[in-house]
Amino acid sequence: MTSVALLRQVLDYANRPDPYPLYAELRRTPVVRDEAGPYLVSTYWAVKGLLHDPRISSDARNLTPEAAEATGQEQDPNLPPSFLRLDPPEHDRLRRLAMRPFGPPHTPRRVFEMHGELAGIVTGLIDGLRGRDAIDLVDDVSYPFPVTVICRILGVPREDETHFHEWADTIAAGLDPVGTPEERAAKMQDVQQARRDLAMYLAGLIEERRRSPRDDMLSALATEHGPDGQMSPVEMITTSVLLLIAGHETTVNLITNGMLTLLRHPDVLQRLRTEPALAGPLVEELLRFEPPVQMLPQRTTLAEIEVAGTVIPKGAAVYLMVASGNRDPQRFTDPDRFVPDRPDNQHLGFGHGLHSCFGAPLARLEAQLALTELVRRLDAPQLVEDPPPYRQNAVLRGPRHLPLTIGGIRD
Amino acid sequence: MTIDGYLEAFRREGRIVVVGASLAGLRAAEALRAEGFAGTLTLVGDEPHEPYDRPPLSKQVLLGKVPADHTRLPRVRPVDAQWRLGSAATGLDLAAKRVRLADGDVLDYDRLLITTGVRARPWPQELEAELDGVFVLRTQDDAVQLHHRLAAGPRRVLVIGAGFTGSEIASACRERDVPVTVAERGAAPLVGALGGVVGEVAAELQRAHGVDLRCGVQVTGLEGDSAGRVRTAHFSDGTAVACDVVVVALGATRNTEWLADSGLGAGPRGIACDAGCRAFDVRGIVTDDVFVAGDVARSPHPLFGYQFLSLEHWGNAVAQAEVAAHNMVSASAERRPHLWMPSFWSAQFGVNIKSVGVPPMADQIMVTQGSLAEQRFTAAYGFQGRVIAAVTFDQAKWLDFYERQIERAASFPPEFTTVDRRPEGRQPVAADFPDPSQPSHGPTVTLSGYSPTDRRVSFTPRRA
Repeated sequence: MTSVALLRQVLDYANRPDPYPLYAELRRTPVVRDEAGPYLVSTYWAVKGLLHDPRISSDARNLTPEAAEATGQEQDPNLPPSFLRLDPPEHDRLRRLAMRPFGPPHTPRRVFEMHGELAGIVTGLIDGLRGRDAIDLVDDVSYPFPVTVICRILGVPREDETHFHEWADTIAAGLDPVGTPEERAAKMQDVQQARRDLAMYLAGLIEERRRSPRDDMLSALATEHGPDGQMSPVEMITTSVLLLIAGHETTVNLITNGMLTLLRHPDVLQRLRTEPALAGPLVEELLRFEPPVQMLPQRTTLAEIEVAGTVIPKGAAVYLMVASGNRDPQRFTDPDRFVPDRPDNQHLGFGHGLHSCFGAPLARLEAQLALTELVRRLDAPQLVEDPPPYRQNAVLRGPRHLPLTIGGIRD
Repeated sequence: MTIDGYLEAFRREGRIVVVGASLAGLRAAEALRAEGFAGTLTLVGDEPHEPYDRPPLSKQVLLGKVPADHTRLPRVRPVDAQWRLGSAATGLDLAAKRVRLADGDVLDYDRLLITTGVRARPWPQELEAELDGVFVLRTQDDAVQLHHRLAAGPRRVLVIGAGFTGSEIASACRERDVPVTVAERGAAPLVGALGGVVGEVAAELQRAHGVDLRCGVQVTGLEGDSAGRVRTAHFSDGTAVACDVVVVALGATRNTEWLADSGLGAGPRGIACDAGCRAFDVRGIVTDDVFVAGDVARSPHPLFGYQFLSLEHWGNAVAQAEVAAHNMVSASAERRPHLWMPSFWSAQFGVNIKSVGVPPMADQIMVTQGSLAEQRFTAAYGFQGRVIAAVTFDQAKWLDFYERQIERAASFPPEFTTVDRRPEGRQPVAADFPDPSQPSHGPTVTLSGYSPTDRRVSFTPRRA
């Protein structure tokens, strides 16, 4: 099978429930492509090597025009890219500025201290399920939980969710490299419009917070000065757009994939009930086994690079297939087994290197709390259908709904 | 009895003595048990303390964030050993297979592992070294005393020697808002380990944090008051500084004196051993029952021209201890080479410095990412047209890549571009290491000895 055929199959919605056999097929050639498509890198060591390789860029301006067109990665003429799509030194400066109110070294206890607040949100959501015998885990818990959390952290009013939900979904769908070039061009129009709308909305909030700051990240970005100074107004907007979307479009899948995986492994579910300390390693295994971000389709080469015997030319589009690397038998024994306390689990679920997940400590804590509480409090949860209906997105992969029947809610 | 039969019996009921109960000794003991060694295991240490971790002593301990006696090394597994702490080894009889201890005891062994490490080089003028307020920093006891003095708010601290330890001490002083003068014989701090180009950055860093940095000077004398407390230091440029605490950070001396007439190939540069950690005797013949690991060992490395490397690196001590332990209880066909990629880190003045490879071997340096002026960069070091080392200031995320470059003997200067390449990163410049025959504080890697072979080996580390 050619690489294009394989990529098309990976992106094909029909294969969303189980792309892993396709990844196994891909790994037989660690780096593949045909004339027009991107280079797909699928083995653990090759992916990890490129994540640490300074000859790899995340900036779409370094793609050749042909590669940019073939993969639908064009510049938004209205709004500059966020630090996710920038290289050092701009990336490093913006990430440091964004990290200042969120994590170490300046605010090392931020996520740790949110433990009680996060647990309260989960408890409230599960309490709200009393009296029901059927739930949709996505709409009832997996989605509202991280959205509420990121809104509180950033300082975005939770009730505005009805506004930004659709914009966020459209922008997240833009990551999905599916469709003909024409379809992708049309989709990019929608994505750019959604980015503009979300940017306008957040710009208004940032201005409010600048005038009367509160204890949240938008206020900190708008008012605080550190060794790097301050972000420009446009940088504040692109960064908050990024954080708002990344803060929930991924964690929703981590929690849903987690519950789905537990329901498919009842012995592990039972173990987590009696052994809450298992949540730490279990979430790491989940990030390996069913990573919420399946591939990183936004990399390019600054120079000709040889990877596993294949020469990738300068300016090529490169997709790093992290979910495939996570199932590489060269790295993980028995990779297709879910082993909740797997030793030496250096998965690629949060990426690696300079773009490694900004919100990883928060995502870990959210997933650990949600899954521990769900298995503790849901009585006799059962899957209504397996596989459940998936979202279209092949990059941010996860169920759109996860209908469950339950016997009740425990205290 | 066959040799195999001997090995089986040895693994079951043999006697292993480990001389040196710090990081390498402890990790080796644990590895021996993990390898299935069931015989008698004795650990000898000259300090009375259980094995503890040293990197925090010049950082968190001096800042008062961690008490000095809270740096005990975590135990990986039970070692079921007889501990002889507080009793230094004083002699070795190779023929009789016997170690003498300071308290008069003797320990018989079937196999011996030497992990005696290094100690701080003291101030050479003994009377001056005895003045109250003059310190070195190597042990837990040193750290307790120095921390006590820093906490009391001295008027000025003088640090003699701006290697890694000296620079970290100066950094801790500034963080505590204690005035500090640093005297360095070389042209810049860290110059022996990282060269003059990076040394200049370290100098800027110190000055920006308010260190009174004096390079190219020697301390010619320490003067005390009538009560025997240090008061003044005199420099070779004719100046003097008033100080009530002096920290001598002039590098380390290998603890090999106790082996002086043992017949083992031990000297001021350490104990020479093969890549399998077996010690050489003075005739250059490799022993089969004496092994060496950690700071006191020097062993040939194929990646670096088979030069004998002495590494005062935390990670090297752990890796070499594990290889030595494995080889001590394995048949020759199962033995493994110690092919550690030299690497170390330092935290000072808010900057995380990391290094891979052997910078002091280099003749050229090129800043491949970031900028020296911003004190945030990655520099590649070249030797005879290949990449031999890399150093990062606050850019440690890139080191994995450069480590692979070193392993592959990639060409230098690098032919490719990278993210964050600045104009200063287009050309290599002289790495500017001082003449190694003029040691100052000493780098943390020293090169010595040379094998006549200079073949390029292909070295591909086994990945899991």
